[in-house]
Amino acid sequence: MQTDIRFPIGLLFTIVGVLITVYGVFTRGAEMYQRSLGININIWAGICLTVFGAAMLVFAIRAQSRERRAVTGK
Amino acid sequence: MHIHAGVIDYAIMAIYVTFVLGIGWVLKRNMKTSADFLTSGKSIPAWITGLAFISTNLGALEVIGMGASGAKYGVTTCHFYWIGAIPAMVFLGVFMMPFYYGSKARSVPEYLKLRFNEKTRGFNAITFAIMTILASGISMFAMAKLMQILLGWDFNLSILASAVIVLVYTGLGGLTSAIYNEVLQFFLIVAGFVPLVFLALKDAGGWSSVQARLHVVAANAGYAPDAWTRSWAHLGSPAANPMGINWFALVMGLGFVLSFGYWCTNFLVVQRAMAAKSMSAARSTPLIGAIPKMFIPILVILPGMIAIALTSRQGSGFSIIGADGKPDYNNTIPLMLGHFLPSGVLGLGLTALMASFMSGMAGNVTAFNTVWTYDIYQSYIRPGQSDKHYLRMGHFATIFGTIVSMGAAYLAANFNNIMDFLQLIFAFVNAPLFATFLLGMFWKRATGNAAFIGLVTGTFSAAIHHGLTQPAGATSFIKGGWLGHVVYTYPSEMAQNFWTAIFAWSICFVVTIALSFTTRQKKSDEELTGLVYSLTPRIKETGVPWYSQPGTLGVIVVAAAVALNIIFW
Repeated sequence: MQTDIRFPIGLLFTIVGVLITVYGVFTRGAEMYQRSLGININIWAGICLTVFGAAMLVFAIRAQSRERRAVTGK
Repeated sequence: MHIHAGVIDYAIMAIYVTFVLGIGWVLKRNMKTSADFLTSGKSIPAWITGLAFISTNLGALEVIGMGASGAKYGVTTCHFYWIGAIPAMVFLGVFMMPFYYGSKARSVPEYLKLRFNEKTRGFNAITFAIMTILASGISMFAMAKLMQILLGWDFNLSILASAVIVLVYTGLGGLTSAIYNEVLQFFLIVAGFVPLVFLALKDAGGWSSVQARLHVVAANAGYAPDAWTRSWAHLGSPAANPMGINWFALVMGLGFVLSFGYWCTNFLVVQRAMAAKSMSAARSTPLIGAIPKMFIPILVILPGMIAIALTSRQGSGFSIIGADGKPDYNNTIPLMLGHFLPSGVLGLGLTALMASFMSGMAGNVTAFNTVWTYDIYQSYIRPGQSDKHYLRMGHFATIFGTIVSMGAAYLAANFNNIMDFLQLIFAFVNAPLFATFLLGMFWKRATGNAAFIGLVTGTFSAAIHHGLTQPAGATSFIKGGWLGHVVYTYPSEMAQNFWTAIFAWSICFVVTIALSFTTRQKKSDEELTGLVYSLTPRIKETGVPWYSQPGTLGVIVVAAAVALNIIFW
């Protein structure tokens, strides 16, 4: 069986997403956000990445349990 | 230009590197035969090979180059994606893939051997092997150079570190590892560049303000106001658009010869489709890849266009004008990253660039080790060994491929002209190749000797055309005219490239046909079954619903591409 690529993608994006979100929360109002036009882009990008990563993980886990059911069903 | 990256940015890069190495380590247990290692054992789903298919071509040099061209030429740059990729990708999936995947060929050169003869394969395998190693070296050099400029990293250390990382993950997980990392890279590019495009567009006041600004840019450069925002309207004459080309050179040179030559015959990309788990997955690979491919210009060309718009607006706080007072096009994308992204997402953008440099190297290394092991070593050096022997050779080829790439990186660093020169020679080799494939796959009368001589003649005629012509304002022989007598001067380098390709293709096409009529076909119809269109039974897609069949997908993709061209006419 091939390793499902959605696991590493999901895991990487969830970890990086949470990291960037938390960093964004702690740096609220920091001077560097003048660069991003006063928008705390870290919080927004972080949330999007986390959602994407989590979705990938959910798909991977569902596919895996479906496969396991198919094997035990035989 | 220096970007200050914080701890968080380095942390994101470190997490990425850990994952890349981890993927290689996890995949290692699947690598039991040379086929697992070199061709992924034909086991990968279509959406993964589809994304890998376009990611291989989305190297960092590509990203940076497209940003530069977006600033320099505007929307016309999108033709490299639309007419310069989509039709060829659809053609590969619908018409050519059955012969690649259905024949027993494990590589593009091997197909040439089955269809024509040993010489044609040898010519293709050797030039391709050299080309991939050099391409991997150029990628390595460019990465080390950029990281030195942006982050102040040590050049030698960057070369060594990137070589070791690529070596470890391709050495452990082979082609599968390279493909998985290409998919990862695709998502990283999207994640890193969407915030950049969003912020840049917002700063510029939206698309309509960018357009208005680009009208001023175009008018200042002496073109019609909409020369930067329309892709076809000004292609009537080379003088009317900043690219200096007309529509015929674009359609024939880029859209037909170069595009089909690259997407349909370059083993680097075709290898991704050949790794798919079934015929239908292999045929869908380029078609699935074509869908995101159409929209990548939003991520890589649009930032360049916004950059030149912001540069022309007084008081925008952003400019790509360098210290010498001229626009520094090649640094457009890095400058934008540094200007708009705060620490955090900046790390994401830098990681995306790093990922695309590394997968650019890995893609070339994995294509190299397959062609080396199967088409050179197994064919000419030591045939008839056990599979274990070839698996070992595959591993060994990965190691020395990476080491020679490092040599190529230093060659590029020391002799800039040598690199230009070699790239030129490979352009000559590639330009006629699609004529050989077209005749090979769709005309059963084409003979081996005719194909070989046609290919060699086509390559030489490309060199001669280049030697007799020059782009306007050429200063060195690398640009052309080295035969001492300039017959024709093209308005731009791009026009010269496109016409070189058109000449080489036409001559290879005509010579191969003419010689096929005068030489004997040594291959019987049985030998050519599965390799030539008229002798191969049509595939009936069973169990695949009509809406996800390659033909249907192809029509949808082409219709979408036509719509984009009309919108930005």
